[in-house]
Amino acid sequence: MAARKTTKKPNVSAEELTSHYREMLLIRRFEEKAGQLYGMGLIGGFCHLYIGQEAVVVGLEAAAEEGDKRITSYRDHGHMLACGMDPDGVMAELTGREGGYSKGKGGSMHMFSKEKHFYGGHGIVGAQVPLGAGLAFADKYKGNGRVTFAYFGDGAANQGQIYETFNMAALWQLPVIFVIENNQYAMGTAQARSTSTPELFTRGEAFGIPGEAVDGMNVLTVKDAGERAVAHCRAGKGPYILEVKTYRYRGHSMSDPAKYRTREEVQKMRSERDPIEQVREMLLTGKHASEDDLKAIDKEIKDIVNKSADFSKESPEPHLDELWTDIYAETIPQHSA
Amino acid sequence: MATEILMPALSPTMEEGTLAKWLVKEGDTVSSGDILAEIETDKATMEFEAVDEGVIGKILIPEGTEGVKVNTAIAVLLAEGESADDVAAAAPAAKEAPTAEAPAAPAPAVAAAAPQEAPKVDETPDWPEGTALKQQTVREALRDAMAEEMRRTDEVYLMGEEVAEYQGAYKISQGLLDEFGSKRVIDTPITEHGFAGIAVGSAFGGLMPIVEFMTFNFAMQAIDQIINSAAKTLYMSGGQMGCPIVFRGPNGAAARVGAQHSQDYAAWYMQIPGLKVAMPYSASDAKGLLKSAIRDPNPVIFLENEILYGRSFDVPDLDDYTVPFGKARIWREGSDVTIVSFGIGMTYALEAAEKLAEDGISAEVIDLRTLRPMDLPTVIKSVMKTNRLVTVEEGWPQGSVGSYIASEVMQQAFDYLDAPVVTCTGKDVPMPYAANLEKHALVTTDEVIAAVKQVTYR
Repeated sequence: MAARKTTKKPNVSAEELTSHYREMLLIRRFEEKAGQLYGMGLIGGFCHLYIGQEAVVVGLEAAAEEGDKRITSYRDHGHMLACGMDPDGVMAELTGREGGYSKGKGGSMHMFSKEKHFYGGHGIVGAQVPLGAGLAFADKYKGNGRVTFAYFGDGAANQGQIYETFNMAALWQLPVIFVIENNQYAMGTAQARSTSTPELFTRGEAFGIPGEAVDGMNVLTVKDAGERAVAHCRAGKGPYILEVKTYRYRGHSMSDPAKYRTREEVQKMRSERDPIEQVREMLLTGKHASEDDLKAIDKEIKDIVNKSADFSKESPEPHLDELWTDIYAETIPQHSA
Repeated sequence: MATEILMPALSPTMEEGTLAKWLVKEGDTVSSGDILAEIETDKATMEFEAVDEGVIGKILIPEGTEGVKVNTAIAVLLAEGESADDVAAAAPAAKEAPTAEAPAAPAPAVAAAAPQEAPKVDETPDWPEGTALKQQTVREALRDAMAEEMRRTDEVYLMGEEVAEYQGAYKISQGLLDEFGSKRVIDTPITEHGFAGIAVGSAFGGLMPIVEFMTFNFAMQAIDQIINSAAKTLYMSGGQMGCPIVFRGPNGAAARVGAQHSQDYAAWYMQIPGLKVAMPYSASDAKGLLKSAIRDPNPVIFLENEILYGRSFDVPDLDDYTVPFGKARIWREGSDVTIVSFGIGMTYALEAAEKLAEDGISAEVIDLRTLRPMDLPTVIKSVMKTNRLVTVEEGWPQGSVGSYIASEVMQQAFDYLDAPVVTCTGKDVPMPYAANLEKHALVTTDEVIAAVKQVTYR
């Protein structure tokens, strides 16, 4: 099977670039705010920030069509914002409030949106991958032409259930894109210390699944690769693997001091490869936008994020009756979509 | 407006820390993501980043200060055009979250008084009097249940090892491939963890899968998907995403297959909120409960038994026969003792009752049929009449279904008990292979009879 790396730079319009800039910036600012609220004790438990990885979801969402599905792990805030979920509802879920997507009962790692076809938010490393293949199974069963993006990390790529899923997804030609977000560290373990072969995009070869490595710091190359993967799945050719090489600036979770890498390594990534700065540069040098235009966008994003933070503080805690609801369903909720 | 930079909590349990080092000084311009300071806790040293942009107007807590409480202002950040004099007017710290008032809903009854009157129990018969009956094996009843539900809606499909071309390892899916085709009757590779996850995902995606495990022993490979994904998602999603799925297959000891293939999982699955658990004994219950399970919008664990597959029972000859969950069946009425069981345990319970009758002891025998929800009212009502209780199951004693029932009956009907409840269970050992040892490892009819004599002081 063809396993190739891509370097091609696609053409892109000013509107498109601006929209990528806006969406990535929203994730960045949202996550910074979430980190701040965590520091103030308003967000509890585990909180895994997506800062640095923004180009991955923004690029792939740009390749998706209405009705396509997505599912991911616990580092999920970026995915939710990128697929159009309301920042207020996401932030209020982080603070455990009634206005959150799961009424405060799911938290940072467990949110869902039927409307936006976002299927979680899963806390067990790798478990979302067979679930994602199952979503694709349902779509193939119904013959509706939809594809599913099943995201997981370089750490999850060593879970056994991933390979059970690769086998069945290829055997049954399921329309699922396996997106390996390789941020190089599985919590504190560098990829080289956990993974026998570095090229994760080749992990599907034994099952006949094509894969490619993608520069995950460049939103345009991500989108381009996403379009190839979507076309492959939509044509009924079965699953596709994208290993998107990215980097997380923050620790694994809020309580991770990230001593397993140097400050210089992080700084180098931030100053040379930052996905938002790259687009900002393109917008300015291509004269697609002025400093003032970008400032206006920054302000607009800041307002959205501040509003979500205010909402997440003002929304009340869930009513205590909620403890006892949503354990059993009377009807199938997703059937009434 | 000037904003205070607050001492952050770097873990859910952190209350205070040491401000080890400032990496900025007064007058520095900072932007989002810049590292401001290093904070030390008892566990680690963490870098603390700026969220807002501005100029560091004043450092309020010098570096090296220990015991700085979380949310104390440690510096002031000035926006464009502000001066350090504005510091006094800095925004106050975050106020406490609004708290929901209202008391907790159904709190468990603590030390409930003994009921004055018998609990309300649904005593409607399983089928109307005069209904034609036919003899059917449990195997045929299960197949008919699946076939009828698959005819009812295309959303139902069957997946598992050897369910299609082989017609089922235990021939439960006989004929289904012919009738419904390979799109809806799907052979899987031997990969329980993976196909359980795919089936759960397909349920999120709008289908209603039936997953056959060749035996429930192999479902341990898949138990994370069953519990963490299938059972908990409705709750974690605030009611947005349900998981209508049935996991079914033989459970418990068969015969001479050793420790790894002979385990009763009833008590395990019964513990999980979000799951429903059925464990039928008769063919009519196998059929009626499986049809209800397939229609249920929630994940159902359906525990069958290989030894019961070939047994024949009366099954009502009705077009659409279902049995509701949470309704026990009284197989035999009696006045001296209540014997509660489910699944294959019912064979010992009924045999014992038969023999006890010869000794003049009248036993009431209750088949729970479903363990979650569990029809405790029927058990308690019976105990209020007989004042004695014996439970029977093949599973292990510690944390058994019987120990749960005993504890509930003690809490809800203590004053009605004339003897301590006796729980008859399998022995506390892995299942041995040798025929004589295996026989002793399982619960026996004689043990049930001995237990009844113990609680009736005979």
